[in-house]
Amino acid sequence: MAILEVKGLKVYFHTRNGVVKAVDDVSFSVDSGETLAIVGESGSGKSVTCYSLLDLLPKPPARIEGGTAFFDGEDLLTCSPDRMRHHRCNDIAVIFQDPMTSLNPFLTIGEQLIEPLIYHPDKSLIQSRSKARERAIQLLDEVGIIDPDSRFDCYPHEFSGGMRQRVMIAMALITKPRLLICDEPTTALDVTIQAQILKLIKKLQQTHEVAVIFISHDLGVVAGIADKVLVMCEGTIRETGNTDSIFYRSQNEYTKKLLAAIPSGPKKLESRVKPENLIRVSHLKTHFNDYSKQKIDGKYSQIKAVDDVSLNISRGEILGLVGESGSGKSTLGRSILQLVPNTAGIVNFGADQLTGLSPRQLVPWRRRMQMIFQDPYASLNPRMTVYETLSEPLLYHGLANRENVLSKVSELMDEVGLARGHMRKYPHEFSGGQRQRIAIGRAIATKPEFIIADEPVSALDVTIQAQILDLILDLVESHNLTMMFISHDLSVVRYISDRVMILHQGVIVEEGKTEELWANPQDPYTQNLLRSIPIADPILERARIENI
Amino acid sequence: MKQDSLSQSEIIEEDGSSLWNDAWIKLSKNYLALAGLGILILLCVVSLLTPWIAPYSYEQQNLDLGATAPSLQHWLGTDIFGRDMLTRIMYGGRVSLMVGFIATAVALVIGILWGAIAGFYGGRLDAVMMRIVDILYALPFMIFIVLLMVVFGRNILLLFLAIGAVEWLTMARIVRGQVMSLRNQEFVEAAYSLGLSQWTIIRRHIIPNTLGPVIVYTTLTIPSVMLLEAFLSFLGLGIQPPESSWGLLINYGVETMEEYPWLLIFPGVALSLTLFALNFLGDGLRDALDPRTSKD
Repeated sequence: MAILEVKGLKVYFHTRNGVVKAVDDVSFSVDSGETLAIVGESGSGKSVTCYSLLDLLPKPPARIEGGTAFFDGEDLLTCSPDRMRHHRCNDIAVIFQDPMTSLNPFLTIGEQLIEPLIYHPDKSLIQSRSKARERAIQLLDEVGIIDPDSRFDCYPHEFSGGMRQRVMIAMALITKPRLLICDEPTTALDVTIQAQILKLIKKLQQTHEVAVIFISHDLGVVAGIADKVLVMCEGTIRETGNTDSIFYRSQNEYTKKLLAAIPSGPKKLESRVKPENLIRVSHLKTHFNDYSKQKIDGKYSQIKAVDDVSLNISRGEILGLVGESGSGKSTLGRSILQLVPNTAGIVNFGADQLTGLSPRQLVPWRRRMQMIFQDPYASLNPRMTVYETLSEPLLYHGLANRENVLSKVSELMDEVGLARGHMRKYPHEFSGGQRQRIAIGRAIATKPEFIIADEPVSALDVTIQAQILDLILDLVESHNLTMMFISHDLSVVRYISDRVMILHQGVIVEEGKTEELWANPQDPYTQNLLRSIPIADPILERARIENI
Repeated sequence: MKQDSLSQSEIIEEDGSSLWNDAWIKLSKNYLALAGLGILILLCVVSLLTPWIAPYSYEQQNLDLGATAPSLQHWLGTDIFGRDMLTRIMYGGRVSLMVGFIATAVALVIGILWGAIAGFYGGRLDAVMMRIVDILYALPFMIFIVLLMVVFGRNILLLFLAIGAVEWLTMARIVRGQVMSLRNQEFVEAAYSLGLSQWTIIRRHIIPNTLGPVIVYTTLTIPSVMLLEAFLSFLGLGIQPPESSWGLLINYGVETMEEYPWLLIFPGVALSLTLFALNFLGDGLRDALDPRTSKD
């Protein structure tokens, strides 16, 4: 029997620039004990759909224009605020995307966990503090928090990302809900943690008999966890059906496009590696003072972000650098580019040594090595137009003068696939993918030989991600670039790199030719990492989750 | 996309587009801000021309006349010494506007540079620079001014500098906070990895992004500076009668508020008008300088 039945839901945003149909005529139903996955790219309306059910949308600008959402025979869209509070407290729970920001840093996790029990709107259901604590500790144990009794009184910052998400799950389950909405619950987590959390959600769903709505952009994750899939795009449903039929027998063009865009399999381009070392790094160490701990003998203890790393990159090579968050992969990239001071070791560019040069001496080298950053929303100056952003490196390094800078910028925009007419626009007027194209244009403006790309596609949707990856491969080809490609996403790295290095806690644990390493990983850490990659194939993915 | 069809020539024609040009285009569509700007320009022009267009002398007393209500001869009435209020407000505006703008400009320049440098370089330099700010904060303002007056003698320019030298402290703190959060943004790192010099980064990437709060604070500083001048003058440290400023006129107006309300009302209206104009202009500028607000 359907626990939630949504029919013809319409949510429009009334903004200054007109009406945006965020959700337009969406219908679906979820049964008890079933998992419905809502899949779509950013802006497809998948989150808005679910938030409108719980009245969590900002109104205005949002307005529900039509439809019904029956939960247990009561329409959630028209019920009174009191009834809504009742539902939120008893029946429906949400797990949000980012466990770092969805817990209050000033309260212990225990206090936050028992809040719904001791402040229940229904007076008869209010529980005593000790009873609530008992239940919370039991749940913490169930979601895999070790030693829940003492962890109960810890603050959120004392937990890692994965542990916080476990706390969030416990918090969602504490009121014994019948419907659980998970909004990208694993997107902010490392791939090995993601696997654990997914398994946990699956297990809890079976033991607690809840219906789950699972919002995700990641088809690999969805393949393993969902019973039914709803594909959304631009506020409308493109396709709906059970998981196997969506993945294996999709009828819809958009779904097929989504599935095709997932990077999979080995690199298709032939290797351009030349037998000449462009970058040589030997025994590089980058340590930071740990200000969170007390000084010992007048000195701070050291965080060893990069610890004795040696590597060579040949001219024309794409080296993939893989690691989880905190592994030091970004710091390694920045250390090679001399953006952070090196503690020890030597970095050579061709025949010349970079370490030990003053900032002024480094300027000519900066032209020859560039960086592409992860977040296209933060890496562009919001108050500079595309023209200003792209002309700055050209003019500064004397690669263009006042007369020909305009045509040079136009050429750059052509190269990265931006329409020339956008030259006078500011970054906020572009989508994420277009912004990343601007950032790439800035990086290749100085005609560098070596580029470090730090997670250049992780903030992007899967179809956009495929386009940007192809753009990067094209540019590597046409500009004869050498590249270090940093990523946490193993499929992407496999798709793009000639050689792969696995970094763990500042140390390289394994390296090798991409396909050789994939076929035969030696280090247990690498083996675990490779096992954790979600596969966008329901049968394989279910089997994979079982085996973890 | 329809923009794709724009030809090269059309783009060249609008060359020179930048934050400031776009800001001006946006500002010119904001009528409230334009009205504010207009009023400010009018006040400034009147102040500049006052010696030639003022109907009466600002110091010539006419004790027989005394305080009279507004009339055809004296549009805004006369004060208790029989001096024309319109003339005195016009002359007062010269002083008040000058104090407001010059002292704020001084505060702005010192504050932005000090805050930007401290925030950008951080570490020990930041600690030293901000401790200096703290020390100046702790220094009693009046003693500081009196000391300056004793050493350099009473001088109107010195007064401007003294007020400016006190007001920049808050500005420096605001800018420093902004810069510290900007410093770690990826676009600043990107500029650094392009090899730009630190000064270029501060000038092109950091300071423009601090403008929002700076403009708002500036529009709040100008009126507070004007009132500060009135306070100093009242204590005998600033302007001395028979010269006047709006602040002084208001102070004297308060004393005779019950008998001669126009002595309070008209200088008050002049000051409020300036404040309104400044606020509208400041809001408009802040919006215009933020590309994220809609262009239309």
